[in-house]
Amino acid sequence: MSGHHHHDHDHDHDHPHAPPQPDDKVHSYHQILSIALKELLIEKGVITAAEVRQFIEKRDSITPANGAKVVARAWLDPAYRARLLEDGNAAAAELGFPITGTKLVAVENTSDTHNVVVCTLCSCYPRDLLGLPPAWYKSRAYRARVVREPRAVLREFGTELSDDVALRVHDSTADIRFLVLPQRPVGTDALDEEALAALVTRDSMIGVALLDGGAR
Amino acid sequence: MRSPQDIGGLPEGPVDPSEHTLNFWEKQADGLRAAVGSKGLMSSHESRRAIESLGHDAMGRLTYYERWTAALSLQMVERGVLTQDEIDAKVAQVRQRLVETGELELSAGEAEKLP
Repeated sequence: MSGHHHHDHDHDHDHPHAPPQPDDKVHSYHQILSIALKELLIEKGVITAAEVRQFIEKRDSITPANGAKVVARAWLDPAYRARLLEDGNAAAAELGFPITGTKLVAVENTSDTHNVVVCTLCSCYPRDLLGLPPAWYKSRAYRARVVREPRAVLREFGTELSDDVALRVHDSTADIRFLVLPQRPVGTDALDEEALAALVTRDSMIGVALLDGGAR
Repeated sequence: MRSPQDIGGLPEGPVDPSEHTLNFWEKQADGLRAAVGSKGLMSSHESRRAIESLGHDAMGRLTYYERWTAALSLQMVERGVLTQDEIDAKVAQVRQRLVETGELELSAGEAEKLP
């Protein structure tokens, strides 16, 4: 197996996280404001420094490898795939990835339909499953254009869709987050779940990339 | 008229696909926002509403986590958790501390934003 994307949810030793190192300098008013807000909210007992640190650590521990496990399981287990398409939250929770406060909707790519996800209003993203969104997902260019000229935007990511493939663009909201279930690459029949998960990229779960044909 | 966030379908240039690793202060801002959210003091809807209320100028001028931070400040005042006077006083105090420790190196134009 090629395990470079392997991530064990329960045991983090594959991905040791060094504590974040402070930048040497503070460069902007908003950086000062952020420090001031944090200190005030701690002084008033609204939050604790430990809570902020725990949320940072939790955020760091969530990576696209979590979503890749969901995808690989769906490829291998038709009953799981059906549960995922029916209720994304429950299916993710089955694999140890709880998603709180938002509804996860999985959308499946097929040979005649491709799905791509955006949040035109800001940056809503399945953070609890994939981690923080990439910078381009939050960019004006992606948000503005992918709903109007999605094929052109996908081409900029090197993704060429045939004209006879229908393209569905899903606009996320504060309440609903989307996960693209990419097509399983051909030539991967012999691979086990872990090896399959290692093939699944973040961008394929957002829908801007396809997974290539695998070994064949 | 469209709100500042409502940009779906507008003409824009090419997507820059480069990756950006969050720096220390951005991670702190993300964790701070999550901690406040966990207390029921800032939902995603409230965050978006607060960011929208920053206006078109701020949307274009501020980076992502600068917008989040400005929105958090606004939301804390509107919620009555903090007052603007408290925030301004604390900003001045933090600034002074950073000057004394030599950690403050404001970029061009930033000093003018301070209260």
